[in-house]
Amino acid sequence: MPKDARRVRMLVTPEGVPLPLEIADAGQRAGAFVLDMLILLGSIIAITVFLAFVAKSLPGRAVDRGVGLIWTIGLFLLRNFYFTWFEARPRGQTPGKRALGIRVIARHGGRLTLDAVIARNALREVEAFLPIMLMFASFATHGYDTLILVFALGWTAIFLFMPLMNRDRLRAGDLLAGTWVIRVPKRPLLPELSADAEETVFTEAELDAYGVFELETLEQVIRQAHAPAVATVTYTICQRIGRQHWSDDGGARDLAFLQAYYAALRGRLEQKLLFGKRRADKHDRS
Amino acid sequence: MAFALPFRRKRDAHLPDDELAHQQRRLDPLPSAKFRAEREGDWRRLEELLNRAERRSAAVLTDDELLALPTLYRATVSALAVARETLLDRALIDYLEGLSTRAYFFLYGVRGRIGPRLKQFFRHDWPAAVLALWKETLGSLLLLVAGALAGYMLVRADSGWFMSLVGGMSEGRTPDSTTQQLRDVLYDSDTSGLEALASFLFTHNAQISLMCFALGFLFAVPSAILILMNGLTLGAFLALYADHHIAGELVGWLCVHGTTEMFAITLAGAAGIRIGWAVAFPGRLSRLDGMAAAGRQSGTVMAGVVVMLFVAALLEGFIRQLVTTDWLRFLIGGSMLTLWLAYFYGPAGRRR
Repeated sequence: MPKDARRVRMLVTPEGVPLPLEIADAGQRAGAFVLDMLILLGSIIAITVFLAFVAKSLPGRAVDRGVGLIWTIGLFLLRNFYFTWFEARPRGQTPGKRALGIRVIARHGGRLTLDAVIARNALREVEAFLPIMLMFASFATHGYDTLILVFALGWTAIFLFMPLMNRDRLRAGDLLAGTWVIRVPKRPLLPELSADAEETVFTEAELDAYGVFELETLEQVIRQAHAPAVATVTYTICQRIGRQHWSDDGGARDLAFLQAYYAALRGRLEQKLLFGKRRADKHDRS
Repeated sequence: MAFALPFRRKRDAHLPDDELAHQQRRLDPLPSAKFRAEREGDWRRLEELLNRAERRSAAVLTDDELLALPTLYRATVSALAVARETLLDRALIDYLEGLSTRAYFFLYGVRGRIGPRLKQFFRHDWPAAVLALWKETLGSLLLLVAGALAGYMLVRADSGWFMSLVGGMSEGRTPDSTTQQLRDVLYDSDTSGLEALASFLFTHNAQISLMCFALGFLFAVPSAILILMNGLTLGAFLALYADHHIAGELVGWLCVHGTTEMFAITLAGAAGIRIGWAVAFPGRLSRLDGMAAAGRQSGTVMAGVVVMLFVAALLEGFIRQLVTTDWLRFLIGGSMLTLWLAYFYGPAGRRR
C-alpha cells in the first residue's frame, strides 16, 4: 500500500524491528469526530426519549426523581467521558475512529496512559463544546447574537485548523497529552499469488526485464484483476520481453500468463535478493 | 539459454504457446511461499487472539493464550524482519506490518485491567500528582483569597456590587433581604429532591472545573480569571452576611461541602495554570515534551477533581440539608479538609 512518506514515522520495537506508523490525515480525523458527535447526539436523544417514556408510563414522584437523576448524570458522563472511555480501552479508538480506521497512541509508541487520554479529551471542552454551546446560546438569545457568533467561529477556527499547522496533525489535546493519531487500516492476509501460477518457462533475459517496482505493480494488477488493466499490462510485458502471446483482452488466459510471469519473476528477484542484490526497477542495471 | 531455478523442473523452453497450454502443471512453490505457508497458522492465531482480546479485555483469554500472545508476537515481528530482507510479496509485508503494529500496541500500549489501575490511582498517582502541583495550587489559592478579599471589601463598601458579582447564584438573597430570610436559606431543611440537587451540583461544578482546566491551555489566563471570579462571589456573600452579623453561620453552611469543593476548584485552577505555564515557558524540556508532561500530570489531577466534586455534591446535597447544627457543620467541614490535606500531602504521594 503506498504511503505518504511525509506522514510515516518509524517506531523501533524493543525487538529491534522498525514498524512504520502512518499519521492520520485531517480528513480522517474530522470524519471520525463528526461520526462520534452524531453518535453522541443520537444516544442523548435516545436516552431522553426513553426516560420521558418511562416517566410518562410509570407515574409517581419517586420515578420522576429517579429519571431526572439518571438523565443529569447520564448526560454528564456521556459528554465528558464518551471519548475517554473508548480511547482508554485496548483498541484506543472511539466508534467513529474505528469506522475511519484510526486510533490514538502515545507519541513515539510509548504506553498510552489514562491521564493522557483524560487530558486530550478534557481539551475538547475548549476546542469543540464551548464554541458549540456559545453558538446555541447566541441562537437562543437574539440580543447579542452576531457578536458571539463571530467570536465563537473565530475561536473554533484557531483550534479547528491547529492540526493543519503542524506535521504530526496534532490538535491542542494531542499537544497536551503527548499523543498521536495513526492509521490502522484493516489488512487481511491476501492469497499467495505464486501458488496459482502454472508452469511456464521464461529465459533469463526475459526475467531480467524488470525490477522490484514493476513486480509490485504487477502484483496489484493481478490482485485487482481489472480486465482492461490486465490486457494492457500483458501487452506491455510481451512487447518488452519479445514474447508471442495470444491475448484474450484481459480474460483468463492473460491473467494466467501474468501469474506465471509474476511467479517466475518473483522467484528470480528473490533469489538475487538472497545474494544481496536488490534490483529496484527496470532502469536499475545492477 | 533456458533459465531454470534449482527448485523448478526443467521444461523445454521452445514449445509454442498452444502446446504449453496442454502441458501446464502447478509449479513447485517458491521458497518465499513455503516461508509463508510454514508460519501462516501462527499469524492467524495471533490475529484471532487479538480480535478477541481487543473486543473486551485481556481477561477473556485463557492462561495458555495469554502466555502464547507475546511468543506469537515475537514470531510475527521476526517473520516481518526476515520477509523484508528476502521476500518481494508486498501484500504479505503489509499484512505483517499491520499485524505487528496491532500486537505491539496491545502488548506495549494500553495495558492493565481497570481494577489495579484504579487502585494505583488512589494509592499513589493522584496524591503524587497533587503534591507535584503544590506551587500552582498555592498560586491558585492566592487568587481565590485575593478574589474573596476584593469581593468582601467591594460589597462592604457599597452593597450595590453584590448583584453584579453574584449574578444568578444568589438564590433570592439580595442586599434588601432581611436577616431572617438570609438565615432561612442556611437552615432550610426541606428534604425533598435532595438527589436532584446533588446531581445538579455535581455535574455543574465538574463541568466548570473541567472547563477551568481546559482553558488553561490559553496561557492560564482564563483559568486564573475563573478562580478570581469564584473568589469574588465568595467574598460578596461573606460581606452580605457580615452586614447582618451572621457571617459565622454562613461559613458553617459553606464549609460542610465548601472545603472539599473549593479545594477541588483550586486544584482544577492549579492544573490549568500548570498547562498554561508549560505552554508559555517550557523550561528545560522541548515545548512539546513539556506540554505532554504537564498534560499527563494535570490529567491525573483532573480525574481526582471529578471524584472530589462528587463527594462535595453528596455533602452539599444531603449532609448540609440534613445537618443544621453549626458546630457539627464546622466539624464535618474541618475534618474533610484535614482528610484531604493528609491524603495529598501525607505519605501516600511520596511512596516509591
